[in-house]
Amino acid sequence: MNGRQNLDDFLRTDPRDVGCTEATEMLHVYAELVAAGEPAAQRYPGIAAHLHACGPCGEDFDGLLAALRDQTR
Amino acid sequence: MQRTDWMARPDPESAEWLGGLAATGPQREAALTRLHEMLVRIARAECRRRGPRLRITGPELDDLAYQAAADAVMAITRKIGQFRGESRFTTWAYKFVILEVSAKIGRHFWRNPSVPLDAEDWDKLPDRFGLDPAHQAEWQDLLAALRRAVDTELSPRQRQVFVAIMVNAVPLDTLVIELGSSRGAIYKMMFDARRKLRAALAANGYIDHDTAGSA
Repeated sequence: MNGRQNLDDFLRTDPRDVGCTEATEMLHVYAELVAAGEPAAQRYPGIAAHLHACGPCGEDFDGLLAALRDQTR
Repeated sequence: MQRTDWMARPDPESAEWLGGLAATGPQREAALTRLHEMLVRIARAECRRRGPRLRITGPELDDLAYQAAADAVMAITRKIGQFRGESRFTTWAYKFVILEVSAKIGRHFWRNPSVPLDAEDWDKLPDRFGLDPAHQAEWQDLLAALRRAVDTELSPRQRQVFVAIMVNAVPLDTLVIELGSSRGAIYKMMFDARRKLRAALAANGYIDHDTAGSA
């Protein structure tokens, strides 16, 4: 991906984005669905949109998912 | 958003955790010890996962993990009445320790900033977006327009947040501490700033219009 596209993506906002508070509140439910291979983004599109756009919440999600996957190894 | 406010019947392992933490005496102490040990393990793994991108290593990182686990145990015991059984108890508990690791990393950078939090080095902005200096002629007008829009379209607070995060690469969680705000409030400020900047650049033909909404 080139820099111009990165800038374009950064400035693109998704109206479904629920914000940090709601995403954090449901993060454990969302992560468990993803870990189970369920269509979490389809069920919670607002959380999916937020995790895509928010670096810190996305990082927390990645960490939670890694913890769940480590647990099942 | 779909969600439930009822308490689902917990799975047997979650029920065992809830029973142990609701008990008194040695049974509760044993559950708390087990919870702490589990969360230390998760916190250490999370610190290792994030480690390569941090400037924290060795005993300092281990101490951060230990503190995160201790604070997560306190938060969990305080909020255990809010567990609704929508996930396994352990997943819910892991969330607390992951959030504590995030907060503590943010605090670490606030105490030990790599650049002054109020610096303003716009020359670094092309690199933030991965704009190739060899093709500067293709993006310099766009970036100049972006900078003008930052100065003319954003409120002073939005500009401060944009410059800190995008120009100075201050972690959002560090800015939360610096400004005495919350992650949600700072994200919302950036969300609104992004929307304003896109509209300004689109109005002048630098990029396409977008459908914007609210976070």
